[in-house]
Amino acid sequence: MARAVTSRRKIINTAAAWTVGLLIFFPILWTILTSFKTEATAIADPPVFIGFDWTLENYATVLERSDYARFLWNSIIIAGGSTILGILVAVPAAWSMAFVPSKRTKDILLWMLSTKMLPAVGVLYPIYLIFIKLGLLDSRTGLVIVLMLMNLPIIVWMLYTYFREIPGEILEAARMDGASLKEEILYVLTPMAVPGIASTLLLNFILAWNEAFWTLNLTAAKAAPLTAFIASYSSPEGLFYAKLSAASTMAIVPILILGWFSQKQLVSGLTFGAVK
Amino acid sequence: MATQSSRSAARLMMAPAVILLLGWMLVPLVMTLLFSFKKYLPLRGGDLGWVGFENYVRFVTSSAFWPSVSATLIIVGGVLIITVGLGVLLAILLNQPMWGQGIVRILVISPFFVMPTVSALVWKNMFMDPVNGLFAHIWKFFGAAPIEWLSQASMQSIILIVSWQWLPFATLILLTAIQSLDREQLEAAEMDGAAPLQRFGYVTLPHLGRAITVVVLIQTIFLLGIFAEIFVTTQGSFGTRTLTYLIYQRVLESQNVGLGSAGGVYAIILANIIAIFLMRMVGKNLDQ
Amino acid sequence: MGRITLDKVSKRFGDVEVIPPLDLTIEDGDFTVFVGPSGCGKSTLLRLIAGLEDTSGGQIRIDSQDATHVPPAKRGLAMVFQSYALYPHMSVRKNIAFPMKMAGVSEDEQNRRIDAAAKALNLTDYLDRRPGQLSGGQRQRVAIGRAIVREPAAFLFDEPLSNLDAALRVGMRLEISELHKRLRTTMIYVTHDQVEAMTMADKIVVLRAGHIEQVGSPLELYRAPRNTFVAGFIGSPKMNLIDGPEAARHGAHTIGIRPEHIDVVEENGTWQGTVGVAEHLGSDTFFHIHNTGLAETLTVRALGEVTLSHGDAIHLSPRAELIHKFDAQGLRIE
Repeated sequence: MARAVTSRRKIINTAAAWTVGLLIFFPILWTILTSFKTEATAIADPPVFIGFDWTLENYATVLERSDYARFLWNSIIIAGGSTILGILVAVPAAWSMAFVPSKRTKDILLWMLSTKMLPAVGVLYPIYLIFIKLGLLDSRTGLVIVLMLMNLPIIVWMLYTYFREIPGEILEAARMDGASLKEEILYVLTPMAVPGIASTLLLNFILAWNEAFWTLNLTAAKAAPLTAFIASYSSPEGLFYAKLSAASTMAIVPILILGWFSQKQLVSGLTFGAVK
Repeated sequence: MATQSSRSAARLMMAPAVILLLGWMLVPLVMTLLFSFKKYLPLRGGDLGWVGFENYVRFVTSSAFWPSVSATLIIVGGVLIITVGLGVLLAILLNQPMWGQGIVRILVISPFFVMPTVSALVWKNMFMDPVNGLFAHIWKFFGAAPIEWLSQASMQSIILIVSWQWLPFATLILLTAIQSLDREQLEAAEMDGAAPLQRFGYVTLPHLGRAITVVVLIQTIFLLGIFAEIFVTTQGSFGTRTLTYLIYQRVLESQNVGLGSAGGVYAIILANIIAIFLMRMVGKNLDQ
Repeated sequence: MGRITLDKVSKRFGDVEVIPPLDLTIEDGDFTVFVGPSGCGKSTLLRLIAGLEDTSGGQIRIDSQDATHVPPAKRGLAMVFQSYALYPHMSVRKNIAFPMKMAGVSEDEQNRRIDAAAKALNLTDYLDRRPGQLSGGQRQRVAIGRAIVREPAAFLFDEPLSNLDAALRVGMRLEISELHKRLRTTMIYVTHDQVEAMTMADKIVVLRAGHIEQVGSPLELYRAPRNTFVAGFIGSPKMNLIDGPEAARHGAHTIGIRPEHIDVVEENGTWQGTVGVAEHLGSDTFFHIHNTGLAETLTVRALGEVTLSHGDAIHLSPRAELIHKFDAQGLRIE
């Protein structure tokens, strides 16, 4: 039973937690604020926090650069495509491992996890070479495939964890009730699995959106997503704080919001069920 | 617990995922292994034949190797200490009764969702820039000379950036673990006369042990491969060239694929040693 | 109709034979209970009949038709699961309708049967709720409703009452018995609780380690247990089993006497001992007797309120005609 907490303690807790929370969030907040400043205000000394003339000109400028839309579109296609493709491959696999486990299921799951631990840099050149051979270098298709493969273990694991929570007796009941395999999946399993599939989709979209090894190394001008676009600001000549902030804000805010929705699933998804 | 027909259907449904991952793992791995025994310079003659273990020896004996190992260890170790230490404290703080807990949670978790290239750039320019960065302003406000963070304190800076990205992950997992602690255990300890600090030491911390291990293992695997943060900030200069970055430079910048592949094999072995511990923990969980 | 015949049916998981070849016939309209300690194979046997597990050998016939390889849905059986296995995303009405929807029963007929089942099971007011909003007993009734509407050849129950609290369990036990009296459909009921078996069954099948130890009506099992296992398993409190010289005196390796067949006498009892724990239930009193020289403890039932307490000496006399005799293999000696 929860004990009565003195309000004094609660006030101290609240103050401490909010201070730490805001401190951690500050770089993001600062980026968002700066994106509404003029370039001059952005580097003003001393720095201005709120009391400045808010402007949308940075967003206008970034959006006008015809290539921004393309980077954004590439990000959406690559993150979305790899996630959806991954789910399509993973749902049947996770289903069978969760509901028709065999002696080897555990080994297969762990082996899948182990592929995720292969350091990317160790296989960079072979992938690079294969991509050249297949004409996949700097193509969205290539990145969709690589990111799908990279996240496939996580997708399978997450779905497996969700499916395993669906009691097997319910599927047996459906079988006794005369449902065929198709009907069982359609009427019973899918409605029960939708929340799990949705959060898997969400988390993997985020992971793919933020992936910054393959997207930087396997793309040039054509298929580069936002990670590469932002990285291009690292060269000094491209450096304008306010515009950098506007571009960054546009790259992270949608994902940030998606992330807030998926934070509960994050734990089980990224620890492969080892922490609940 | 199933019938024969559902078992064969299950095998069929597992096939695409297994085959894809098998290909994804084996093909590049075998190629890397092959290249590592060759003198292979794509821009200077291509495949120049087998050289045995020469690449392995050269990679380890090159002057860049040991510094890169120590840079890797310092970054990984530093980030782990900071994220786990602060993560435990934060998790305990967030587990206390307060107003607006949900919002604070969201604030704390946010950095994890920021693209690595964005966070590296924002820190590099808007905070660590010696002229216009926020830190420079703060230093000047207190009358100190601004620090050139990424050259004078390059390792600390990288550790700070990466810790900021991974602290949310550690906090969230530790918070989840703390919340699963049975309140009655703490109350029993209290009845047994344990003071708050003793309750933390004897009950809470052991309960968190498993979660801390998982955090350490998973973070280590990701941290060994950090790339964008270095690529965007120092490009491996000022002593921040990690093993990953060194291999990347060998392969893509100096186009010495044989040498880079030998480095890659070392990296794979290193990652696997850590992975074995992680898998053992996860595997145990599967048996329950 | 629902006559189920098992002919040398066996089941092995890998190298482990959980059910050695076994013959059993369940007559149409019978209420048959499979009872035994956990791990005896009773649930596996039920799942074999349901078709949720493949047999490793033998034949299952339902109404003389070979059903060994017929998928579960086509066997015309309905099952009530231990966890109820209701579909959490469907309302009660949809849950009950599901098997009919799968069978392609017309909408009107579906509604007619749902309403009839709901009325019989007191679910009419809950038809639009989700399973999560129901109590344990109500969920149990929904699961039964889902089974009834299919009008199956036989009902299979897999420990359906084990998730209910004691009071509810007694109520549901009566409801299921009444359901059987009304429908006269074959029912197979799995439980580890011998009280459920005794109170509900027409025929009890006692299982141990996949073997059938005895088949019979509750009173047959009570009166003439075929071996010491059945003797100890059926009846509450357990039958006292006594080895040694006292058994030899009756010409047996082991003798058994039920607590209710031992009388407490003032003096000159056949056996003497001291009272350990006395459990006063009001209608009866159970004494646990020590120091009899026969067995560790002897349980004795006395009618009504008997005022003997811990440490008192007690005299006992067993009713000789109700002593069960068993040989060295534990088998009954007639």
